[in-house]
Amino acid sequence: MMLDKERGRVLIAKRVAKELKDGDVVNLGIGLPTEVANYIPEGIEVTFQSENGFIGLGPAPKEGEEDKDLVNAGGKYSSILPGGACFDSSMSFTIIRGGHVDATVLGALQVDEKGNLANWMIPGKMVPGMGGAMDLVVGAKKVIVAMEHTAKGSHKILKECTLPLTAANQVDLIVTDMAVIEVTKDGLLLKEIAPETTLEEVKEATGAELIIDSNLKTMEV
Amino acid sequence: MNKFRTVDEVLDLIKDGQTIMFGGFLGNGTAESIVDAIVKKGVKDITLICNDTAFPDRGVGKLIVNKQVKKAIVSHIGTNPETGRQMNSGELEVELVPQGTLAERVRAAGAGLGGVLTPTGLGTVVAEGKEIIEIDGKQYLLEKPLKADIAIVFGSVVDKKGNIWYNKTTRNFNPLIATAADVVIVEAEKLVEVGEIEPENVMTPHIFVDYIVRRAE
Repeated sequence: MMLDKERGRVLIAKRVAKELKDGDVVNLGIGLPTEVANYIPEGIEVTFQSENGFIGLGPAPKEGEEDKDLVNAGGKYSSILPGGACFDSSMSFTIIRGGHVDATVLGALQVDEKGNLANWMIPGKMVPGMGGAMDLVVGAKKVIVAMEHTAKGSHKILKECTLPLTAANQVDLIVTDMAVIEVTKDGLLLKEIAPETTLEEVKEATGAELIIDSNLKTMEV
Repeated sequence: MNKFRTVDEVLDLIKDGQTIMFGGFLGNGTAESIVDAIVKKGVKDITLICNDTAFPDRGVGKLIVNKQVKKAIVSHIGTNPETGRQMNSGELEVELVPQGTLAERVRAAGAGLGGVLTPTGLGTVVAEGKEIIEIDGKQYLLEKPLKADIAIVFGSVVDKKGNIWYNKTTRNFNPLIATAADVVIVEAEKLVEVGEIEPENVMTPHIFVDYIVRRAE
């Protein structure tokens, strides 16, 4: 049985948060990845980067405390924690492309067994543009895809992406509401399965071969 | 040298068919008073270079809605549905550029470089038609410089010589575009006397700035 939508989203965010280490510089994508910030384990200090030009991204300000000159990469009012820093777009992408971001967490339309990622357009339907996603996926040391395992039942994890790519061979880890999958040179390694979910269900919901880890575990958060 | 101009005076410099760069990220840090004046004047066939096309009622998004842009070179159009509509109907040409590549293409033009080599976009549609260069065993795309006729910068605090300080996230592309156009106009939110911005706090040195306009109240 699969988890319901809300429990699934919390599971994904909490499980991704466990991947982050003390001192990491992290960039979170819009939507589900943003929720990872709510579950950083105690004792771990993470610096969030916002590609429009600052580090030290804090929570959304309270109503009435918004600063018109301070927004996040989604254009929403934001806050900077003490010790944060602002910079221009060239410095922002020096941080991103130069390998100074330890982990980036992004959503995906499709991801495949070679670590290819498609998340920026559906030809003829939706062309928002790549924004900073292509640089993030190429530049971050660890690329974590955080997404629901399927799109209303249709496969998102594939043998080969069919949509235009964001980047080739860059994804390291896929965390979904059903499983944790590592992208290895041999293919997709299934490492963990969500609670109340069976191996058969994961296989059925995945459009690529899965290598089953000899130490297969239940996702713990 | 007096760099002050009224909005009407700088509008004389802005003509149909020009390439114009704007600072701003989803409208944050965009010179709104100058955008409004360009909308009012109705300058046509602009090639727009900006991070994004903002929102229909904000920043450079207003130029799109008013059909003044012939081509947009941007990283994102998703927050302005009118950009997508005009692109699909063939009224507007859109060149989508990864954000970091866009920043470096502008910086390259301003810094006198012949281009930049970046791994971003390899293996994607962004690489189509571009030269791939191998350096020490790693592949990079050659991305060419981007320059403009006019750069329209927003400055939070500007002194009377044209030195600029940007508040928080309003900086974004502003310091980059200030280096990469034939004519650079800054819209000052707050205008101060020379010396009020400490030299070490100047983010764009005055030598890059040709004209200063005050933001409308």
